[in-house]
Amino acid sequence: MGLQAYLILSAVIFSIGLFGVMTRRNTVGILLGIELMLNAVNINLVAFARFNADVAGMVLTVFAICITVAEVSLGLALVILLFRTRRTALADHIDWLKG
Amino acid sequence: MSAAPDLLVLTALLLPAGAFLLLAVVTPLRRSGRLGALVSVAAMLASFAAAVMAWRAFGAAEEPITRLWTWLPQQQSALASVGVLADEQSTVMLLLVTLVALLVQVYSLGYLADEPAPALGRYYMYQSLFAFSMMGLVLAPNFLQLFVCWELVGVCSYLLIGFWYRKASAARAAVKAFWTTKLGDVGLLIGIVLLWRLTGTFDFAELKTLATAGTIPVAGLGVITFCVYLGAAGKSAQFPLHIWLPDAMEGPTPVSALIHAATMVTAGVYLLTRTAFLFALTPDVLHIVAWVGAFTALMAAVLACVQSDIKRVLAYSTVSQLGYMMTAIGAGFASAGFLHLLTHGIFKALLFLGAGAVIHAVGTNDITRMGGLAKRMPQTAIVFIIGTLSLAGIPLFAGFASKEEVLGAVWAGGLTVPFFMLLTGAFLTAFYMLRVVILAFYGSDRPPAPVEHDAHGHGPAHDAPAVMTLPLWVLALAAMAIGIYFTLHHVEPEFVSPAWLTPVAVSVATAGILLAWLTYQRRTINEEQLASMFGPIRRAALAGFWVDDAFLFVYRLGVLAFSKVIGWTDRYLVDGVVNAVSAWTVMAGGGLRRVQTGRVQDYVVGVAVGVILLLWWLGGAQ
Repeated sequence: MGLQAYLILSAVIFSIGLFGVMTRRNTVGILLGIELMLNAVNINLVAFARFNADVAGMVLTVFAICITVAEVSLGLALVILLFRTRRTALADHIDWLKG
Repeated sequence: MSAAPDLLVLTALLLPAGAFLLLAVVTPLRRSGRLGALVSVAAMLASFAAAVMAWRAFGAAEEPITRLWTWLPQQQSALASVGVLADEQSTVMLLLVTLVALLVQVYSLGYLADEPAPALGRYYMYQSLFAFSMMGLVLAPNFLQLFVCWELVGVCSYLLIGFWYRKASAARAAVKAFWTTKLGDVGLLIGIVLLWRLTGTFDFAELKTLATAGTIPVAGLGVITFCVYLGAAGKSAQFPLHIWLPDAMEGPTPVSALIHAATMVTAGVYLLTRTAFLFALTPDVLHIVAWVGAFTALMAAVLACVQSDIKRVLAYSTVSQLGYMMTAIGAGFASAGFLHLLTHGIFKALLFLGAGAVIHAVGTNDITRMGGLAKRMPQTAIVFIIGTLSLAGIPLFAGFASKEEVLGAVWAGGLTVPFFMLLTGAFLTAFYMLRVVILAFYGSDRPPAPVEHDAHGHGPAHDAPAVMTLPLWVLALAAMAIGIYFTLHHVEPEFVSPAWLTPVAVSVATAGILLAWLTYQRRTINEEQLASMFGPIRRAALAGFWVDDAFLFVYRLGVLAFSKVIGWTDRYLVDGVVNAVSAWTVMAGGGLRRVQTGRVQDYVVGVAVGVILLLWWLGGAQ
């Protein structure tokens, strides 16, 4: 398989993630969508690293995974806090940004 | 007499200005009253002396002397300058102004002796400012300085009419005088600017050179001279702008004598005399000047006949005499009008100051409530009669020569109808003046002036103190001297007046005197019958020929209706546009507000769409 196949896979996963972020009502679902988008980026990085024989991409990926873990734990904590204060986990009920 | 006339007139001009500044800046001096008054009088006396010397030093044949300072500089030459222009006319006029101003200021020391000190200081401050402005006007070498001083004397007139500003009628009269003259001043300003556009200069001397060389285009000049005439008509109270002058009598009587008889109101006549060379190029405008002048003279004479307020009689008489001067100028003989201006300045100031002495003594302006004053105020009676005979145009008195000159000029100018209007006016002048004299000073069969109206509470009416009678005698002697001089030493006019003119003029005046004498003294002619003979005219005259009402009508119909239209336009058109713009802004804001849902996902959609658009745009650019 060539580089193109990985890139297409990555693009598809990214689109699925974006679609999830835009459409899921549940905040946990939105977090999952974000995860998908991040990992699509990771696939990209690894694919380029392998095809260009460059280790830097791999290193970056490891960093990204670490950060993703931290981000997910933070995101879940936010969701739990939201649920405690607003009694809901649905994103369209949360409109605090509205002035 | 070796000093240069230009320096002398400059001294005369600047002395009252100094007095004014002193009184205006040094508050304790102004509030001290009499001391401030003496400063002003001293400055005026020195100014008068300088004016006399300038007049003596200035031979009639000499060329005009100018002394100029650049005011608004331009690349090559001055756009406007200030300075003095001393020639035969201006020095003679300066003499009149300083003489009358000096006498009036001395007279006011007695007339306004009961005023509180600060008010007296304020009065003399205004008087000094007026003297300076009037002299600046007289000596103005160009239109610009003339206009500035023209407005300054207008302001002084306003301030002095409203001197007793707590009196509502005085305050109203001051505002009325200011606005009515302003109506004419707008014309003057337009005329000056148009003239500058046509010729590129404000300077009288340059304009005269241009006019005599014939290089001023005559097309369009008519509008300019008419505009200048408008200013003169406002200041010199020509019909229909004469309505302010009778009301201006609300001011102190010395003010009326100085400003509203001898000097400021003659500024219009003086202006036309100054610019006679321009008016000579536009005969149509001169015709208007003459006809309006003659009409004013006759109408004001009729109005004077029905007044019972001594000052209003004199005011209408002033309007009438200004009409005479204007008619002479309109006939093309400005010098005749100017001569009448000078003699009128003397004897009308005399009459006003005499009337002031009477008012001061009896405490009322109403001639029907006076009577038999000749016994109690013999000096005042004598000088008043001298003034009356001068005004009536009796030989040996000041008005005789000049009035005949005016009549001769009008006849020589071929204005037959105005000539007869003026002749009728002369008859009425003699009549109404004698009426005042007889009603106020004789006719002891009427009750004497009520004692409770005695202004000073020191017994019945008597002659005024010396400080007031001295100016009266000076003016009376001046009037006599001028009259005798001109009667014996007849001036050679620029025109030939017919031989029958002198007998006719004198007999007309005598007839007027005779009629008044028969009516009011001998009572062979019933006053009521005489009045009923002229029933409709009399009623119209009592209403002032409804000129005031016409102004009010025009104001209501014209100005108020116009204001309503403007008001509607502002409220609904101008405000409408503004309101529409703001309403659209509010609506647009309300629409855009919905975009801001506050939901994270909507913003994400926005970001995604934005990124896609950006990528598509970048991809398209390649």
